[in-house]
Amino acid sequence: MPTNTATVSPNEDVIPVAERHGMDPVLKRRIEAVVKHAILLIVGFAMIFPLLWMVSSSLKDDADIFRNISLIPTDWDWANYKEGWNAQSYPFGKYLLNSLIITIGAIVGNMISCSMAAYGFTRLKWRGQGIAFGYMLMTLMMPIYVMIIPQYIMWSKLGFLNTFVPLILPKFLATEPFFVFLMVQFFRGIPKSLDEAAKVDGAGPFRIYWQILMPNALPSLATCGIFSFIWTWNDFFSQLLYLTKPQNLTVAVALRNFADATSGTSWGPLFAMSTLSLVPVFIVFLFGQRYLIEGSVTSGLK
Amino acid sequence: MSVFKRAPIAVRREERAAHIFMLPWFLGVIFITLGPMIVSIGLSLTKYRLVGKPRFIGLDNYVKMFSDARLMQSLKVTFLYVIVGVPLALALALLLAVVLNKGVRGLSFYRSVYYLPSLFAGSVAIGVLWRQVFGAEGIVNTIAGWFGIDSMGHSWVGDPKTAIWTLILLHVWTFGSSMIIFLAGLRQVPQELYEASALDGANKWQQFCHVTVPVLTPIIFFNLVMGIINSFQNFAQAFVVSGGTGGPTDSTLVYALYVYQQAFGSTRNMGYAAALGWLLVLIVGVLTGLNFLFSKKWVHYAD
Repeated sequence: MPTNTATVSPNEDVIPVAERHGMDPVLKRRIEAVVKHAILLIVGFAMIFPLLWMVSSSLKDDADIFRNISLIPTDWDWANYKEGWNAQSYPFGKYLLNSLIITIGAIVGNMISCSMAAYGFTRLKWRGQGIAFGYMLMTLMMPIYVMIIPQYIMWSKLGFLNTFVPLILPKFLATEPFFVFLMVQFFRGIPKSLDEAAKVDGAGPFRIYWQILMPNALPSLATCGIFSFIWTWNDFFSQLLYLTKPQNLTVAVALRNFADATSGTSWGPLFAMSTLSLVPVFIVFLFGQRYLIEGSVTSGLK
Repeated sequence: MSVFKRAPIAVRREERAAHIFMLPWFLGVIFITLGPMIVSIGLSLTKYRLVGKPRFIGLDNYVKMFSDARLMQSLKVTFLYVIVGVPLALALALLLAVVLNKGVRGLSFYRSVYYLPSLFAGSVAIGVLWRQVFGAEGIVNTIAGWFGIDSMGHSWVGDPKTAIWTLILLHVWTFGSSMIIFLAGLRQVPQELYEASALDGANKWQQFCHVTVPVLTPIIFFNLVMGIINSFQNFAQAFVVSGGTGGPTDSTLVYALYVYQQAFGSTRNMGYAAALGWLLVLIVGVLTGLNFLFSKKWVHYAD
C-alpha cells in the first residue's frame, strides 16, 4: 500500500488524467481498486460459498457437516458418494443415464427443428409468414401452464406416461421459441449474398440450408445445444409430471425423492448426489461459457 | 410480387420448400402450443378429473376463484416474490455490471463467479441445498452465531414468516444472468457521453444516473418484463424447499405450485387448473401492459 503518497501534494501537471477527477490520482486510484476488488471478492465468495460448502459437506460425515463449517473436511470421506449412489431402488447411475438420454434428445431435436423453422422464417417467403412469426414471438411470453394440462391429457390418453416421449418429441417440433428466435437473429446476420451465389450455382433451398446456413450458424447451434443441455438437465416440472416409475426417473426427480425420504437425517449422501447432479452443468459451463453469454446477450439486448 | 394469380414456378417452389421446413413447427403449433391453449379454454369451462368425460359447468371455475382462500394466499406470496425479487436482482445486476465495466482486472473471473449460480439455481440440487442452508441447523444459523445472533434451532424455511424470503434470496442469487446482459449493454454506451458529462463537471454518481442508466433503460425494461413473466412461473424451488406442499401454512405456495397441486394433486381438478392457467395469462398480460404503459415515462430509446 503506497501510504506515503498521501503526503505528496497532487501534481496535476505531471498526471493529466487526474485533472478530470481533481484528486491525488495515484492514491485515489489505488484505494479505489483495492476497495473495489475487496467488495467484488466478498460478494463473489458469498455467492459461491453455499456451493463450495455443499461440495465439502459431501465429503464429511454427518456430525462433521454441522460441527465443522470449514470448507476443508476433517478427513476426506467418499463414503457418502457410495451410500448416496445406492440409496434408492436403482443405482444413481441409472438416473444419470435417463437424464442424459432425455437431454441428448432435446439437444438434437431443438437444433434440427429450430434451425429449420428459423430458415423458413428468414430465407423463404410464404403466405401467413408474418402472422406465424408474430405468434412465435408471443409464445416466448406464454406461460406453460395454459398448455401443460391438455398436453398431459393428450400424452396420458396416448399411453405415453412414464416414457421419455412427452419429454423428447416436442423438442423435435420447434416448441422452444427461445431457440427459434435465437437462430432467426443469427441467420439474419448471415449475408444473403451467400445464398444468392449458391442459387446461381443451381442450389435449392435444402442445399442452401444444409451447406450454406448450417455451417455458418455453428456458433448459434452451439448456443442452442448448450442452453438445451442446461435447461433439460435442470428441468424438474415436466419430468415430475411424466415420470413416476422408479426405472425411468431422472436425476432431478430421483434427487427430490431422495431428499423427501431422508429429510433431515442424512445430509451427507444427499449432498454427494446433489453435487454429482451439478457436475455435468458445471462442465458445460466451463467449456461453453462463451456461447452461454452470447446467447443471453442476443436474446436479452433486443 | 404477385403471389396470387399464376404465381411463377419459383415462387410456388419456394412456398413448397417453406412448408417442408416449417412442418415440425406447424405440428408443434397444432399439438403442443396453440392446440392445447385452445383446448384449455374449453377445459376451463368444465369439471374434469382425467377419468370420465369433462362436464360443462360454464364459468363456475372462474367464479370459484373469488372465494378460493388458497388462491388468494398463493397470489399474495407470488406477488411478494416477484415484486421484491425481480427488481432486487436487477438492481444488483446493474450495480455489479457498472463496477465490472470500468476495466477491472480479472473481469472474466468475476463474471464467471457471478454468472455460475444462475445456471445452477433452477436445479433440484440447489433446492435441497437451500433447505439445509436455511434449515434449523443450517449454516446461516451457524454464521449468525459468530455475530452473536443466536438463532440455532430456528428454521428459516420452516417459519411461515421467513420461508418465502429464502426463495426471494434464491432468486436474487441468480442476478448474474442479467448482469452479463447489462455488461454487454454497457459496452455500447458511447464513450463521448461520459467525456461530455465529465466536462460539464458531473461526478461518477451523476454520470451513473444521467448517462449510464438512461442509455440502458431499454435493456433494463426488457429484463424487467421478462423477469416478471418468468418469475411468475417458478416452480421447482418452492416445490423442493417445501417438500411439494407450499408450506409451512402455504407461505411458499407460489402460483405454479398451486396450479400443479390442483391439476396433479390428489383432487385432479383439471378444469379448475386450466382456468388458473388463464388467470395467470391475464395477470402476466396486465402487468406487461402496465410495464409498457409506464415505460414511456422512463425508458429512453436512442432514436
